[in-house]
Amino acid sequence: MTRDHLDRLEAESIHIFREVAAECDKPVLLYSIGKDSAVLLHLARKAFFPGRLPFPLLHVDTTWKFREMIAFRDRIARETGVDLLVHINQEGLELGISPITHGSRVHTDIMKTVALKQALDRYGFDAAFGGARRDEEKSRAKERVLSFRSEQHRWDPKNQRPEFWRLYNTRKNKGESIRVFPLSNWTELDVWQYIEREDIPVVPLYFAAPRPVVQREAGLIMVDDERLPIAPGEQVQTRIVRFRTLGCYPLSGAIESTATDVAEIIAELRASRMSERQGRAIDYDSGASMEQKKVEGYF
Amino acid sequence: MSHLTALAATSAVAETASRSVSASILRFITCGSVDDGKSTLIGRLLTETGSVPDDQLDALASDSRRFGTQDGAVDYALLLDGLAAEREQGITIDVAYRYFATPRRSFIVADAPGHKQYTRNMATGASTSDLAVLLVDARRGVLTQTRRHALIASMLGIRHVVLAVNKMDLVGLVRGPFAAIEADFRRFADGLGVETIACIPISAKRGLNVAVRSAEMPWYHGPSLLSYLEEIETEEADAALPFRLPVQWVNRPSQDFRGYAGLIAAGTVRVGDRLLVQPAGLAASVARIVTADGDLPEAVAGDSVTLVLDDEIDVSRGDVLAAARHPATVADAVDASVLWVSERPLQPGQTYLLKSGAATVSARVDAPEEGIDVETGAHTRIDGLTLNEIGRVRVRLDRPIAVDPYATSRQTGGFVLIDRVTNETVAMGLVERAVAPRRAHEMPWRSLAKALSWRTTGTIVTVILAYLFTGKADIAAAIGGVEVVLKIGLFYLHERAWAHIRFGRSKA
Repeated sequence: MTRDHLDRLEAESIHIFREVAAECDKPVLLYSIGKDSAVLLHLARKAFFPGRLPFPLLHVDTTWKFREMIAFRDRIARETGVDLLVHINQEGLELGISPITHGSRVHTDIMKTVALKQALDRYGFDAAFGGARRDEEKSRAKERVLSFRSEQHRWDPKNQRPEFWRLYNTRKNKGESIRVFPLSNWTELDVWQYIEREDIPVVPLYFAAPRPVVQREAGLIMVDDERLPIAPGEQVQTRIVRFRTLGCYPLSGAIESTATDVAEIIAELRASRMSERQGRAIDYDSGASMEQKKVEGYF
Repeated sequence: MSHLTALAATSAVAETASRSVSASILRFITCGSVDDGKSTLIGRLLTETGSVPDDQLDALASDSRRFGTQDGAVDYALLLDGLAAEREQGITIDVAYRYFATPRRSFIVADAPGHKQYTRNMATGASTSDLAVLLVDARRGVLTQTRRHALIASMLGIRHVVLAVNKMDLVGLVRGPFAAIEADFRRFADGLGVETIACIPISAKRGLNVAVRSAEMPWYHGPSLLSYLEEIETEEADAALPFRLPVQWVNRPSQDFRGYAGLIAAGTVRVGDRLLVQPAGLAASVARIVTADGDLPEAVAGDSVTLVLDDEIDVSRGDVLAAARHPATVADAVDASVLWVSERPLQPGQTYLLKSGAATVSARVDAPEEGIDVETGAHTRIDGLTLNEIGRVRVRLDRPIAVDPYATSRQTGGFVLIDRVTNETVAMGLVERAVAPRRAHEMPWRSLAKALSWRTTGTIVTVILAYLFTGKADIAAAIGGVEVVLKIGLFYLHERAWAHIRFGRSKA
């Protein structure tokens, strides 16, 4: 029986899920609806088969997600029978925080980072599984599988616990919580190959289709609803586009593509020479920006 | 840059062409001293396999002109050193993981810091690697650091070592310096007990012998570094070892299903195999090997599975399911090599937590018997253990667990020690010898039982002999009757006396 690299990655991720679920009091799976979350959920269900997931899913909704994402989220929750919690930062909502009037930095901070802390504190979760991968960004390349956060949810990159073999030390000090990254060793290509092999459903926005977009500095922004202001002189065009990563729609740049299924995405990815986070406005706000966001408590 | 992009494009095409081939994974660690060119080498491997996207290459080119230390040429350290503190200080502090793939293989690189101060971070990377690439500068040869890296790698069970002799362009691309370094390294490394040692002359900066063989060093007949990494067979003999599965999770969704989930640490398991639940020692057979993709007839080391047994016996998280014919040692103490990774030194006699497999137990660590010099491998006298020091210690456990020697099985022979108060991981340990609990002292009722069974046998013989000699049944019976009572008492007293005598007892 030969095992290929996807088998090895799968087994390792399942091991991480089981270990943390066994040792932590109240874990939760951070579900962001994208392809990495889809793989994460698939692996989690495999880890506890034939039992049910021993933890719920949590979606931190910024209220600016693509409508198709929300529809997909609700469909998956219904079809798989998992427990889904949705949290929105109500204070932020009342303040009218939006990526359009406040910019990506303030919006991400209040509606994502602060909202996540609120949700974790409210439910008392002590470990949160996330779909981050080390190949995404260079500060992530240094992060451990188990990443400890202080009571204020801050990450201390210079003081990470050594992680030996497959032995994870899950013991926390009072107030500490853990971010757990079962996909640490996966690459973007691995994720898509696995989606193809396992036939995992993903949001249709990943596949090329004619969509209404405007050309902006950050790329092609989709006009997902009437909240997106169209400047005089800006043209809403219908172009054949798809998304490599999904987030808040005014912050997610589409790419022109004709890939309409997973096999075509994989072919495109192999030929493509641009990184997936290239379409993300939030990574480009300031130099070492991802590390800074994480120190402040970004997932 | 355009040259790199062109190379990358070629390999992307090659990759697409053979994408049906299922690739294996090689996990390796790279270590080197400051300025050996490690970042340049890894940068090369990433770019030449098309693993660095164009937008990142563009950012790198502009960063290199602004902050680079390479006179405006591409400074790969800027691509790799991910933490702000590392970029400020120009050094690598923590291990970083890199990913690249060729049509033959996927690679996971643990890019480890070289400095002694960060030995624990190197050990983090080495503990999951199958191969180590040690980098030396052709002008400087094998340094103390190189020996330390080789020693730690071999200690942690890495069986394959590649010595990449870099900067060959700065010594005229000739054989002499390379041959001298190779001879020097082999003299040292032959004693480490690794399976394969390869020495490859390269120039990371110019890309010579990195991805493809260079015509500029015709005297070298071996493969390029990348082809060597693609071809080396490291699939450890793990599948051939005796079966071990540390139970992580008891899966009990309903009355009708009870499965034991875990990642197979060693060996192969088939339906029907006889297993021992350790430490308890109860036996059962495998009824099913369950996965979400359906039941399997067999599973091997590295697979995450759920086993169903044919008998309802008590199994909990932390137990080890082991091949009944070759079980692990159930030990309540281990002799181990320990690398101390905490700022707070070892407190001999203090209680720590020991985690091995899925079991966590309380452990008392004795004062180290001897130290191991991480630069020479020599045994030294030491009184304690501080950060980055290695010592041989005896660890006593508050209850027995199933372990193997690390040399046999990395996954069931490695453990970590955790501070009970600060919760930090304070040490990594490698089991050298598992010490089985001393056979319990014989309890009085056991001595009595032995006296009875022995006496019954003895008295029957006496009665028969007495009858044969005297030919009288009543006398034979009388002798037997007196003897049985008298000698049971004597035997019991004799046994109890011996229970207190140490003479002739084995130590373990």
